[in-house]
Amino acid sequence: MHSFRASWRLYGRTDRVSRQIFGVLAVLLPLLIWSSVSYLPFVWHPQIMITDPGGEEYLEAGMRMNKSDFARAVKEMQDQHQAVPKGVASNPVYLPSPGQVLKAFVNAFTSTASVGAEHSILQAFWHSIRIIFWGFLISSVIGVPLGVFCGAIPALSRLLEPFVDFFRYLPAPAFGALAVAILGIYDAPKIAIIVIGTLFQQVLVIANTTRQLDFSLVEASRTLGAKGFRLLFRVVIPGILPDLYKDQRILLGWAWTYLIVAELIGTSSGITWFITQQARYQHFDNVFAAIALIGVVGLGTDIVLGLLGRKLFTWKRENG
Amino acid sequence: MTDKAEHTLPDYRDLPPDVAERMAQIKKRDYVLKIDHVTKEFVQKRSRVKALDDIEFGVHRRELVCVVGPSGCGKSTLIRILAGLEDPTSGHILMDGKSVHGPGADRGMVFQKYTLFPWLDVCQNVMFGIEMAGVSRLEAQRQALQWLQMIGLEQFAKAYPHQLSGGMQQRVAIARALAASPRVLLMDESFSALDAQTRTKMQNYLMEIWRKIDITIVFITHDLDEAIYLADRILVLKPNPGRVEEVIEVPLSRPRRAEQMTSDEFLATKAHLEELIRSFGVPDENAEDEDVKIDLPLLTLVTDKVE
Repeated sequence: MHSFRASWRLYGRTDRVSRQIFGVLAVLLPLLIWSSVSYLPFVWHPQIMITDPGGEEYLEAGMRMNKSDFARAVKEMQDQHQAVPKGVASNPVYLPSPGQVLKAFVNAFTSTASVGAEHSILQAFWHSIRIIFWGFLISSVIGVPLGVFCGAIPALSRLLEPFVDFFRYLPAPAFGALAVAILGIYDAPKIAIIVIGTLFQQVLVIANTTRQLDFSLVEASRTLGAKGFRLLFRVVIPGILPDLYKDQRILLGWAWTYLIVAELIGTSSGITWFITQQARYQHFDNVFAAIALIGVVGLGTDIVLGLLGRKLFTWKRENG
Repeated sequence: MTDKAEHTLPDYRDLPPDVAERMAQIKKRDYVLKIDHVTKEFVQKRSRVKALDDIEFGVHRRELVCVVGPSGCGKSTLIRILAGLEDPTSGHILMDGKSVHGPGADRGMVFQKYTLFPWLDVCQNVMFGIEMAGVSRLEAQRQALQWLQMIGLEQFAKAYPHQLSGGMQQRVAIARALAASPRVLLMDESFSALDAQTRTKMQNYLMEIWRKIDITIVFITHDLDEAIYLADRILVLKPNPGRVEEVIEVPLSRPRRAEQMTSDEFLATKAHLEELIRSFGVPDENAEDEDVKIDLPLLTLVTDKVE
């Protein structure tokens, strides 16, 4: 309890138990708020969902309308001595309940039936992951060595970085039409957009990481006779590897943000397209399920990569 | 130093017979490392600052030379030039008579900071220099283990640097430098980050190693006791710009023991060094805070005295 209170102080200390409590609360609190908004009719529910249109001609079951409009319709029918429309308080269509989303989520894994032109969530998502994978791989194959060289060789840094910095500020979407014109309408231009979006950041970020290597280690290795590629592969790369790994984790997040643009050019595809389409059909449970899937997979990979990093680079962690 | 003590102190230039004989022997040996009219200028905002001005000095084989001087005398610049980490503006560094450029395995260096590679274990750290010389991995490992045995850290072969104390890390750093079989070992205030007890141990330890292997040592320090205790000769640098002020032959016999630090010869040498450094008018790094007058009113009860 003492530690629980201490965790609220500036730079306070926390123990394992309170950290776990906060971790659980971090998930539970938003869910709790969402649930209460969804399931407690008195919390928000600004609309009425019609269950029985009664005598009103323009109403039909399943329609949602504002409470004031509904009240007017009821009064109208009362005045005309006809059957009164009935309905239940509900939230707008864009806020499905956790239960509905969960059902859509489970459906995505269990049902094989196609949800529309863009197939099931899983198929769409798998397509997206493939785009991300290839985009990030191609970007890394070029960007990581280039970044390391820029960071380690001053001439290269001066020569390349202004150019890279210029391209970094050009919005990747601007290359959409160009990419399609050059690479066709299928996956190639999508991968190209991810590469354009990630590569330039990658070169600069990794160059910076390389420059931050403790220079005294380089000097020490020089007095031990290391130079050239030996110095690069035996000192520079092992020395920056933990930070490089961290950079790659962050850059992978960048790649995901460019996915949105990438999937809407050429033949639309993937999870973004799925979400856009489902929103058009007002299947917001599917939209939320898809968003949740991206979030869970994103968070999951990040946690796995984080744990892996801690295991791989024990020396960095212990060194503080 | 009180007047009374000064009267009884011998002249620091009077070498006891055994030391004089040893000095003569050392001087008969060739120069391993020669500093040939080295000048170093730094450019700062269009103005040139002379850090070292025409330094001329030779280190004989298997000699232990300490370099002392107040802060700003360029002693760190000098050792960096010796190591090849910095180029002199003019002049040369000669190793066995041949001019050298850039760092090389013939001049090992132990830094003030801990510079063990944190991602390698102790054994792999010591192997680094051996492998750089093109020796196979297995052979390098064998040699590294021998070095670790010599410095008494063989049971830490698989430990990582962050698991060792500062003194142990510097011991491994010395072993790592020596394993690359350099001709000269350069030490840049290597013990200054250690606590006093560990430092004394490390000094004895360094001399022990030096006795056993064919190595010449140039040791930079701002600690005068350390310089006198370790050195055959002390090179005193004068600041602004850095010039050789004096080369002192230390009148202490070897092997050195801690008791010698209270001997008359030791005190005489130290008194002279202190006098020299004071004469430069630059406060010594250690003494910087000593002369500060504290202007503070009495904030306690007058009866509440602590001394």
